[in-house]
Amino acid sequence: MSLTATGLHLVYGIAVLVLTSLGLAIVFGMMRVINFAHGEFLMLGGYAFVLSVQAGANVWIAMFVVAPLAVGLFGVLVERIVIRHLYGRVLDTILATWGLSLFLIGLASVTLGFQQRGVAPPFGSFELGGTRESVYSVFLIGVTIALVVAVLAFLSRTRWGLLARGTMQNPAMAEALCVDTRKVYAWTFAGGAAVSGLAGALLAPITGVVPTVGLVYVAKAFITVITGGANALTGTLLAGTMFGSISEIATTFGSPIVGQVALLAAAIVALRLMPAGITGRFFRRSP
Amino acid sequence: MTAARTGRAGDAALVACALLAFAMPWLVETFTLVGINVFAILGILALSMSLVWGVGGVLSFGQSVFFGLGAYAYAVVAGNLGGSTIALGAALAVPAGFAALLGYFLFFGRISDVYLAVITLTVSLILFHVINTVAGADFRIGEIALGGYNGMPGVAPINLPWDAGRPLDYEEMYWLSVVALLVVYVGLRRLVRTDFGRIVLAIRENELRAELLGYDSRAYKLGLFVIGATIAGFAGALYAAWGSFVGPDVFGMSFAAQIIIWAQVGGVSTLAGPVVGCVLIQALTTWLGTSQVADANLVLGALLMFFVLVIPAGLLPRVQALFARRGTR
Repeated sequence: MSLTATGLHLVYGIAVLVLTSLGLAIVFGMMRVINFAHGEFLMLGGYAFVLSVQAGANVWIAMFVVAPLAVGLFGVLVERIVIRHLYGRVLDTILATWGLSLFLIGLASVTLGFQQRGVAPPFGSFELGGTRESVYSVFLIGVTIALVVAVLAFLSRTRWGLLARGTMQNPAMAEALCVDTRKVYAWTFAGGAAVSGLAGALLAPITGVVPTVGLVYVAKAFITVITGGANALTGTLLAGTMFGSISEIATTFGSPIVGQVALLAAAIVALRLMPAGITGRFFRRSP
Repeated sequence: MTAARTGRAGDAALVACALLAFAMPWLVETFTLVGINVFAILGILALSMSLVWGVGGVLSFGQSVFFGLGAYAYAVVAGNLGGSTIALGAALAVPAGFAALLGYFLFFGRISDVYLAVITLTVSLILFHVINTVAGADFRIGEIALGGYNGMPGVAPINLPWDAGRPLDYEEMYWLSVVALLVVYVGLRRLVRTDFGRIVLAIRENELRAELLGYDSRAYKLGLFVIGATIAGFAGALYAAWGSFVGPDVFGMSFAAQIIIWAQVGGVSTLAGPVVGCVLIQALTTWLGTSQVADANLVLGALLMFFVLVIPAGLLPRVQALFARRGTR
C-alpha cells in the first residue's frame, strides 16, 4: 500500500471517530450529560436512512433530511420523558440512558429483525497508488469537516449558540437574564441527537445496519469525548485525531483488534496523565 | 430504635433465606437444584457489586469484566493442569491483578465517577471484541484453545482440594456455592465494620473531609476495587465450572447491564439488595427466555429506566422502610 493511500486511511479513521463522537460531544459539552444510548441514536439514524431509501426516497434527502430530523425528534421525546427529570444526577442519567439503549436494541430486533440492511454506497471508486479507494470515503471526510465547521460556527456566531454557551457556563446567571435554560437544554439535546442521526445515516452505506450496530462505535466515541475533556468540541477534535492516528497505525501494522486495544490503552494512560482531559490541561479557554 | 428493629427483622429474614437454601436439596430434584445453583453463584457476583457501588460509592460497569476474567482464568488453568485447586487461585489472582492495574490508572488519576463508569464499560466492550476474535487453533494458552466467539466448552469441574480424580457432584457443587455466598455475605458485613470499611464509608460520604483527616482516598478506593474484583472473579470461576462452559458473552454489554440492573432493582444501599435483585431479574430473564413473551433486552431496559426514574432507592430499602414505619406506629 502506498503512502498516500495510508494517509487517506488515516484521515478517514479520524473522520469516522470525530463523526461518531460529535453528537455525544455536543450533549456532554453543553449539558454534562453522558448519553449511553448514543450508539442507538446512530443505529436509529442508519435505519431512518435505509428504510426511507428502500421506501423510494431520494438518497440525499434520506441522508441529510430524514435521518437527522427523525432522530432529532426522537431526541426531543427522550429529553421530555427521561433526561429532563434527571438533571444534576449524572450517574442516574447514565443508568437511565443505558436502560434506553437496551430498550432500543430490543425494540429494533423485535420490529426490524436481525438481518443486515444496507444501501450500496453512492459514487464509484478511484485508483490511488495502486489500490482502489472508494469515492464515498473521501465524501465522508468532506462532510465531517463541513459538519464540524458548521457546529462550531453555529455555537460561536449565532445568537442561539451564544445563549447555549452562556447557559453552559453559568445556568443561574443565564436564567437571571431571562434565558429559558430548560428550553436551551432540550434544544441542545435534540441538536446532538440530530447530528448523531446524520452520522448514523452517513455510515450506513459502509457498514449496513443491524440493531446492535451502535455498539461498534460507542466505546470509541465515549473515550474520545471523555479524553477530550471539558471543552468537548475542541477536545473531541484533538482526541479524535490522536486516537484515530494511534488506532489506524496499530491496525495497519497489526489487525483491527490490535487497533482497538491500542486505542483503549492509550486512552487509559492519557487519562492518568491528563485526568481533566486534553482541554482541561492545555486549552482552558477554547469553546 | 427503628434501625434496630429493621436490623432484627432483616437478620430473621436472612436466616430464613439461608435455612431455605440449605433445605433445598431435600425439597427439589437434582435438575431443579442445578438451576437454582446459578442464582447462588450470580448472587456472589451481585455481592461484589454491593461492595464496590453500595459501600464504596464507585459505580463500576466492569464487574462483569472481572467475572469473565475469573471464568476464563479458571477454564484455562484447570484445563492445562487438570485440577481445580490452582485454577481457583488463578481465578482470584488474575482479576485482582487486572483490577489493581486498571484501578491504579483510574483512582490515582483522580478521574470523576462519570469517567470511571465510561472507562470501565469501554474496557468491557473492548475485551468482548478481543475475546470474540481469538477463534481458531492459533489462539491457545498452553493446551487450551480460547475458542473466540464459540466460547470454551468442556471446562473442568471443581474437585476436592488437590484430588483431581474426585470432582464434586451436582449436590456438592450446590453446597459449595451456597456456603460461598453466605461466607462472602457475612465476610462483607464484617469488612464494613472494620477500620478499613469505616474509612471507605467515610470517603463515600465526604471524600475531601476524609482526605483532610489524613486518609489517602485513592489507596482505599483501589483496595476496595481489588477486593470487589477478586470476589467477582471467584464467582466467575464457579460459573465456568457450574456450566462447564465460558463464552465471550460474559464481557458483553447486556451482561454488564444485568449486574447494574440487579443492583438498581434490589437497592444498592443494603448489601443484600443486589442479591435480591439478582434472583428476581434472573428468574424474570429465564422466564422470558423460555416463554418468548417479549425480548429480554426490551424488558430489562424498560425496567432499568423505570427504576431510575420512579424507585431510585430500589426494592429492598423500600421494603425495609415499610417495616420501619409499621414499627414506629
